[in-house]
Amino acid sequence: MKAFEFASPVTLDQALAELPNDVAKRDSVKLFAGGQDLLTEMKEHLVEPTKLVNLKRVPGLDRIELAPDGTLVIGCLATLGALAEHAETKNFFTCVAEAARSVGSAQIRSQGTVGGNLNQRPRCWYYRNEHAPCLKKGGTECFAYSGLNKYNAILGGGPSYIVHPSDLATALVALDAQVTLRSAKGERTMALEKFYSLPSEGDVTRETVLEPAEILTHVRVPAKSGWQSTYLKFKERGSYDFALAAVAVAVKSDGAPRTIRDARLVLGGVAPKPWNVPKAAAALVGVALGSAEGAASSKRAGELAVVGAEPLAHNAYKVPLVQGLIVKAIEALAAR
Amino acid sequence: MGVLHLKINGDDLEVAAPGHWTLLEVLRYRLGLTGSKQGCDKGDCGACTVLLDGKPVLACLTLAATVQGRHVTTIEGLLPAHVAAGGKGADPVQDAFDRCGALQCGFCQSGMMLSARALLNRNPQPSDAEIKDALSGNLCRCTGYTQILQAVELAICEAAGRTPTPRSWERASCADSGAASASDSGERSA
Ligand SMILES: Cc1cc2nc3c(=O)[nH]c(=O)nc-3n(C[C@H](O)[C@H](O)[C@H](O)COP(=O)(O)OP(=O)(O)OC[C@H]3O[C@@H](n4cnc5c(N)ncnc54)[C@H](O)[C@@H]3O)c2cc1C
Ligand code: FES
Ligand code: FES
Repeated sequence: MKAFEFASPVTLDQALAELPNDVAKRDSVKLFAGGQDLLTEMKEHLVEPTKLVNLKRVPGLDRIELAPDGTLVIGCLATLGALAEHAETKNFFTCVAEAARSVGSAQIRSQGTVGGNLNQRPRCWYYRNEHAPCLKKGGTECFAYSGLNKYNAILGGGPSYIVHPSDLATALVALDAQVTLRSAKGERTMALEKFYSLPSEGDVTRETVLEPAEILTHVRVPAKSGWQSTYLKFKERGSYDFALAAVAVAVKSDGAPRTIRDARLVLGGVAPKPWNVPKAAAALVGVALGSAEGAASSKRAGELAVVGAEPLAHNAYKVPLVQGLIVKAIEALAAR
Repeated sequence: MGVLHLKINGDDLEVAAPGHWTLLEVLRYRLGLTGSKQGCDKGDCGACTVLLDGKPVLACLTLAATVQGRHVTTIEGLLPAHVAAGGKGADPVQDAFDRCGALQCGFCQSGMMLSARALLNRNPQPSDAEIKDALSGNLCRCTGYTQILQAVELAICEAAGRTPTPRSWERASCADSGAASASDSGERSA
């Protein structure tokens, strides 16, 4: 790892003042939160910043609070471990706690933060290999497209075929989370879904619309009374790992038997951003959880969820995998 | 180069080290605390696990500058801490790893024992699933894990004054399975 200057501002304004406005300089000054992704990138020489801006001395950014209107407000420095254990998050925003719990190992969760998790870089092995000058690193080719693409995108790919690695992002999009982005000039708030961009939409070397001078300060998850949710992640091994595929399902139901009135369905591990499939979610509405009709609608949702999928040579398995996860996740909600 | 003020295994230390060094580098190459292993050096193996304010973290993905003012426990600190707390000899987790033969090359062992120690400090009676989960960030390429899980179980049972059931790992946890037969215990402590 190359030497760098380590700035430890104690206010948000001081931290913002350290950040460059110039897009060309965005990788020379990097925000440092838990370091669980950034340090791996630096050790592999994927980024070699001359300055790190440590956010951890800025007080208050690690809070997780329930606002009076029931909104869950998560500070960017909240650790994944704290979020996974937070009682209200577990009770009312279950898929978010489950997704946080599913990240890495206890070691990663005790230092990894929410802001770092949402802003982490892809895990595609061509991107992570310093000797592969791939599209994501400013090169001209996505080597995964014709190479070893077992872990790459089946949906939304092209010209780059990375999948977004964040577990938390998938769950948060399912609960309509918003993110607050602060810069020295002011603040903007947007749906987390809109925070992520496809490789075909914006700068192919980025995964988000975050400007170099911005900090993601908070995530807000609106209260969802009458909703239940779950996050289901499939890994290649029993120990810690990234998702081969994952689903976050949220349903609002009432009556007896419980009938689904509204639903959200978001896929993870299959696309360059959390893959929201509202048409598939709509297939769940109107049916009773746990009924034979419910089972048929889960299957139907699975079919709709992968509309447009274009598997590469080695990842067609993700199609039935994610469909199976959808069925299982809805079964899990029915059993609650 | 800067001076770091660190609290390692209860000792206040001043260490001169480059500002971009990781905690693992400072431990091994400045302080000679080589019990924390440098395996992958990028977060994948858990061999560098140390406790930061009691929680397991990866020393290879921790900048030394960020742990100033916090308590770091390395494997070298377990025995002195146990003795200072009135115990005799090695920490019960270390003793159980020794008696169960829970190692082969030993590279994973210090991280594994610190993850186990952190778990037992938080939850003295964890279930099988909780033990496996707490150790899942520590990879072992030699043992197949069975003796490691048995060692943690032995430490738990001894702390609770129970006799562990050998091979109970594959069955119920020792907490549920009652007393072991004599021959079974013999096999366990061999
Ligand atoms: C072995 C291992 C296993 C992992 N497994 C998983 C997994 O299963 N699931 C998963 O989702 N992730 C996984 N990760 C990835 C990741 O390290 C963690 O998810 C963690 O949350 C990253 O957070 P951090 O605070 O350490 O980020 P950092 O490394 O500090 O930052 C990551 C990036 O985000 C930027 N950043 C940080 N905070 C902000 C902010 N507030 N605003 C704007 N930008 C910011 C940084 O500049 C940097 O580019 C794993 C990592 C490792 C090493
Ligand atoms: S050496 Fe730190 S995780 Fe492998
Ligand atoms: S004993 Fe060799 S890695 Fe575990």
